[in-house]
Amino acid sequence: MIDKPPVEDFATGWDHADAQWVADPYPIWDDLRGRCPVAHTDRYGGGWFPSTHAGVSQIANDTINFTSRTVIINNGRPGEDAMPAPIGVAPPISSDPPFHQIARRLILPAFAPGPINALEPRVRSLCVDLLDRLDGHEVVNGGTEYAQYIPPAVISRMLGFPEADEDLFREFVHIVIGGIDLPEQQRIEEFQPIEEYFTAQIEDHQANPRDDLTSYLLNVEVGGEKLALEHVFGTMILVLIAGIDTSWSAIGASLWHLAKSPHDLERLVNEPELMPFAIEEFLRFYAPVTMARLVKQDMEYLGCPMKEYDWILLGFPAANRDPAAFKDANRFIIDRQENRHLAFGLGIHRCAGSNLARLELRVAIEEFIKRYPRFELADPSAVTWAPGQIRGPRNLPIRILR
Amino acid sequence: MKVSIDAERCQGHGRCFSLAPGLFDFDDLGNGVVIGDGVLSDETLELARLAQANCPEHAIFIEE
Ligand code: HEM
Repeated sequence: MIDKPPVEDFATGWDHADAQWVADPYPIWDDLRGRCPVAHTDRYGGGWFPSTHAGVSQIANDTINFTSRTVIINNGRPGEDAMPAPIGVAPPISSDPPFHQIARRLILPAFAPGPINALEPRVRSLCVDLLDRLDGHEVVNGGTEYAQYIPPAVISRMLGFPEADEDLFREFVHIVIGGIDLPEQQRIEEFQPIEEYFTAQIEDHQANPRDDLTSYLLNVEVGGEKLALEHVFGTMILVLIAGIDTSWSAIGASLWHLAKSPHDLERLVNEPELMPFAIEEFLRFYAPVTMARLVKQDMEYLGCPMKEYDWILLGFPAANRDPAAFKDANRFIIDRQENRHLAFGLGIHRCAGSNLARLELRVAIEEFIKRYPRFELADPSAVTWAPGQIRGPRNLPIRILR
Repeated sequence: MKVSIDAERCQGHGRCFSLAPGLFDFDDLGNGVVIGDGVLSDETLELARLAQANCPEHAIFIEE
């Protein structure tokens, strides 16, 4: 990490890696929404942060003035280094129209409800196995001993990677997402092992095609032609990165909530029909994902003097707490009936993995509360939150109550 | 009374077919589609309204 002074005023110098933001961003966002709905910073080369539902929606739906070429904020000057739009390094998340739609359509069938629902027994037995291993413990770590293991196992299975490589997987994710504050050169170096691993997997799948996502991507045709290898590679990396920290954060945050809200826990245990509403409220209230855009050209936008290559930090989690869009926005309502939350984004980049993420989250919570109908935080002050654009609890000691 | 989905707006969040599986289904891409002609009874109207109130893209329309 580069040493930076703590932020003094988030309206004029926001930083999503600042300790205060990492620990508890909600009061910061409430404050900004009231006095400066599009905040500015000079950090990371300059950027803007909309905190209202209206502002986030408008930018998410505006692919004319903003590009998705780089969606993770870093210290590199994006205009110079990034692979050009419309394809970008990791299609479709880093792609703009019209190419975006082609890249997205390719992967959607693999993530549609049909194939994803078929994974439910596998996800459930994975959760049950993890809980079996923790049997008899008085304190279990909901982050490092449970939530953390679920998504990598599912994704590596989808991609057709060896099960033994799951630990390696989580490391890769941290290199990419945790490295936001590293100098560009160091980020490139740290990326090396990931590149080597994926290349080896692609070669193995070329030699031995099988029924998995990697072989699907290698064989699928667009306009009579197979995908360029860089496209296959980029999409595999995307699924790895987009599918792990995200779901793990959502599962962890939901457990964290239940551990400190005995009334909600009791209701969920006794009224399983609340589950579909509870899942959406977990996603709204603790939305883990914030994505970035780049400003395409100098312009006046939402009253702000934006410059070419300024960052936009799209605050989906902040939009979810906007009282203009949600009744009692800062209250967690486990059976909230009306919930148009933006946890999975909005518009053409809607999370392609949302069906899978919901499946993982639901089954992980169902199995945990079935095994442990009563639990609490073992040490609230020991809970730590991941910094950066994917936010969730990492260390989460939970005391099981008998 | 009739419910419909604007396919241009739908991005496949999947809220409609999860909340009201009798009224909505999904296509190969996971986007929402109305089952049959979308004609609603008094009972299914409630469900259609629930789906509508949960669609982030405001893609569901009800003609009353
Ligand atoms: C609770 C868990 C998750 C959350 C909250 C989440 C959130 C998001 C958000 C907000 C976006 C929009 C990005 C943007 O507008 O730039 C997105 C895109 C995406 N997500 Fe997720 N995600 C989750 C889990 C997953 C999983 C499990 C996968 C796949 C295995 C996945 C794959 C993708 C892909 C491929 C995209 C890019 C779609 C496109 O650009 O068309 N996500 N996700």
